[in-house]
This record gives sequence, structure tokens and C-alpha cells, in this order.
Amino acid sequence: MQTNIPGSEKLVEKPVERNLWTRRDFFGFAGWGAFLSAIGLGLLGFLRLLYPRVLFEPSPVFKAGKIEDFVEGEVSEKFKEEQRVWIIREAGKIYAIQAICTHLGCTPRWLPLEGKFKCPCHGSGFTKDGVNFEGPAPRPLERLAIRMDEEGNLIIDKSKKYLYEKGQWEDPESFIVL
Amino acid sequence: MGGPGVVYRFMNLIQLKAKYEEIRKTVVDSYVWKSIFRHGYKDTPRNRVLMTASNVFLHLHPSKMRRHGIKISYTWCAGGLTFLFFLVTVVTGVILMFYYRPVAEYAYVDMKYLQFDVPFGMIMRNMHRWAAHLMVILVMLHMFRVFMTGSYKPPREFNWVVGVLLLVLTFLLSFTGYLLPWDQLSIWAVTVGTNMARATPLLGHEGPFAAQMQELTGLVTPRYDARSLLTAGTVVGAPTLLRFYVLHCIFIPIAAAILMIVHFWRVRKDGGISGPL
Repeated sequence: MQTNIPGSEKLVEKPVERNLWTRRDFFGFAGWGAFLSAIGLGLLGFLRLLYPRVLFEPSPVFKAGKIEDFVEGEVSEKFKEEQRVWIIREAGKIYAIQAICTHLGCTPRWLPLEGKFKCPCHGSGFTKDGVNFEGPAPRPLERLAIRMDEEGNLIIDKSKKYLYEKGQWEDPESFIVL
Repeated sequence: MGGPGVVYRFMNLIQLKAKYEEIRKTVVDSYVWKSIFRHGYKDTPRNRVLMTASNVFLHLHPSKMRRHGIKISYTWCAGGLTFLFFLVTVVTGVILMFYYRPVAEYAYVDMKYLQFDVPFGMIMRNMHRWAAHLMVILVMLHMFRVFMTGSYKPPREFNWVVGVLLLVLTFLLSFTGYLLPWDQLSIWAVTVGTNMARATPLLGHEGPFAAQMQELTGLVTPRYDARSLLTAGTVVGAPTLLRFYVLHCIFIPIAAAILMIVHFWRVRKDGGISGPL
């Protein structure tokens, strides 16, 4: 392997620079700049494309019938299949619990004989008002915004959540006083 | 900070350049950089060749160019531009795949959704279409140029054959992609196109010797022939859409990519971009 090719000394010598940037420097920057901006802008556009303007999802707000439809002291599973929500009527108030386990998001089951919610995945247990007392769930179940419209229908808004650990179960929008 | 503004800016440019050189040196001398680019920065002919040969991107470049190879008037860049437009269709096509579902119930509405509601959906769809059209035009121009400059002559005959196969695959890409919007235009166009396959010799149920083949094999009926192989049925329907989608997005692009690799390799091995050998 020959390292010194005749005539290569000339290539190593750089001409005396009279300017700050040589023309080659300038075009090098310009070329890379153009290339990287095109790639960067393309990437930004692609990221924007991944957030659709329309969501083909059902509305988070739904009607849940009248107060008379719910029996005092019972957990209603009427809307669990369709909306993943339990509606609980107690003496003096009615509120909605989202059927999503706070451990990893499975759907717990209401066991009326034992009077508790039980998650089948890892055994988290919640009391009837949704407070976690056994298993890995770190927080109580979340309650949802509930209100009444003019005709007396219950309106539940799943996009507004009320967390016990933040003291939001006292929030007047998370239950209806009967 | 004082002095006339011009001098001040100039001084800062000098500082900027010094800073840039300092950062560049730090990066180029770093362990990580040197593990990737193994041949230093000494500007010698040997080092240039080594740097080019040991880098996966740079090694795609020819080590030597012939004088006529960079004359645009000789090649028209038609082959390179064909490849460029192929890459554009691949990139935009993959982006379209994020929203398009190749199912009869969804295909048309997904196309409309991309057109009207997806951010940048319209430009992606149109880029895909225009780049595909330009690719077809340029692949023909490329073939014309190769023919007129005699670049199909020995030792390049095999590469002409690969090129003809690539031409066919380009047309098939266009044809299969045409069905995917799933509107009246595309469904009837593909109906017409696939009906031609009925006349395939031996394998089409209306083609020459179809009756004899039917006697021999019992496999040339309207339900089992060259046409139903394309349409996955007796008419263009939902199964055709799925079949054409897989052909358009997976099968033909991979085949074309493999043939392109062979094509470019042969160009390099047969003495670079065309010219008198």
C-alpha cells in the first residue's frame, strides 16, 4: 500500500484564503441547508398529517334516561356495555363512575353479592363508591360529569373526569343532588 | 462593544468561523465519528477512494465518471429522474397508506377524506399521482434515449432486457394503482383492462386454444383463467380491490426494486452511464 502518491503534496496545500468563506464552503452550507430544511419541513408536515382533523368516534356526551329509572342503593349496569359507565343512585345523590380500572385500563365487574367492583385482570377491588381497597390499582375509579337537561334527562359527559385524590368528588358537577 | 458597525460584524463573522471550525474539529475528532468514518480527513487521492468505498451511501457513487456521462444533452437524466419519481411515489404512497383502507366499504370515502380533511392529504395524493405519471413518461423517454444512443448494444444487451421488464412493472404499478380510488372511473377502467386477459392464448377462456387447454386440464373456464387470476372473481369486486392493493403496495414495488438494483449494478459494471466504450 503506497501512501504517498506522486503529486498528492499539491492537494494537501491549501491556497491562501483571502475571504472568510471559500465559494465551496458557501455552496456546501447552502446545499446542506437546503437539503436539511426540505427534510425537516417534510417531517413536520408528515407529523401534522398524523393528527386527523376529523375523529370518527362517538360523542363523549350521552343521555342516560331519567332519575326514576334508577333504584336507590343499586349500581346500574345499564350503560356499561354501551358507554363503559356505571350509574349509582344513593340516598340524596346520583353520580356516574367510569368502568376503567385505574391500574391498566381493563373493565372491572360489579359483583352485587360482594358489594364491590372487581377487575378480572389483576384483581384490583373497589368499594361501591369506587375507592380502591385491594389489588394493584393505585387510585379510586374516576367519576364523570353528570347534569340534568330541561326535560329531566340525565346527561353524562365522559370528557370531564373527577378524581377522588384531587378532592374533585365534592365538585357539584360530578353528582346531582336529589 | 464599540467601533464601526461593519468592522464589528466582520469581527463577529471571524469569531463565528473560528467557533464553527472548533465545533467541527470536536465532532470529527470524536470517538463516535471516527468509529463511523474510518479514514480520517487527509485530503489525499487514496483517502478519498477509501472514504467513498467504506461508506454505504458514498459507495453508491461511481469512483470514475466518463466525460460524456455528465453531459445532460447525452442522457437527458431520464433514467435518474425516473428513479427519483419512483422514490417520490414510494414516499407519498406510504404516507397515503396511513389513511387508506383497501376495503370496498371504505376505499372511496378514505380517498375523499384524504382529499378534503387530512392535513396535507391533498398534496400527498396529488404528488403520488403526478410523480407516477411523470415516471411513466420519463421511463419511455429513457428507453427512447437509450435506443437512439445505441446504449443497448453489447455488453449492455442484458440491461436492456432488465429495463424492458422494469417498463412492464411500471405500467403494472400504474394499472393496479388506478383501481384503488374505487370510483366509477377506476372500476370500469380495470374491468376493461382485465377483460383483455380473456383473450390470453392458452390461459384466457376466450383466447386461442382455450378449448384444447380446457380439454387437457379442465382449468380454462370463466372462473379459472388468466382474467380471474387478476380479478379474484368473475367481475371486478371487493376481492379485486384487495388483490390489486397488495400487488400495488407490496408485490410489484419489491419486484421493481430488485430489478432496479440489478439494472443500476449492470450500468456500473458495464462501464458507467452510457457513452462510447
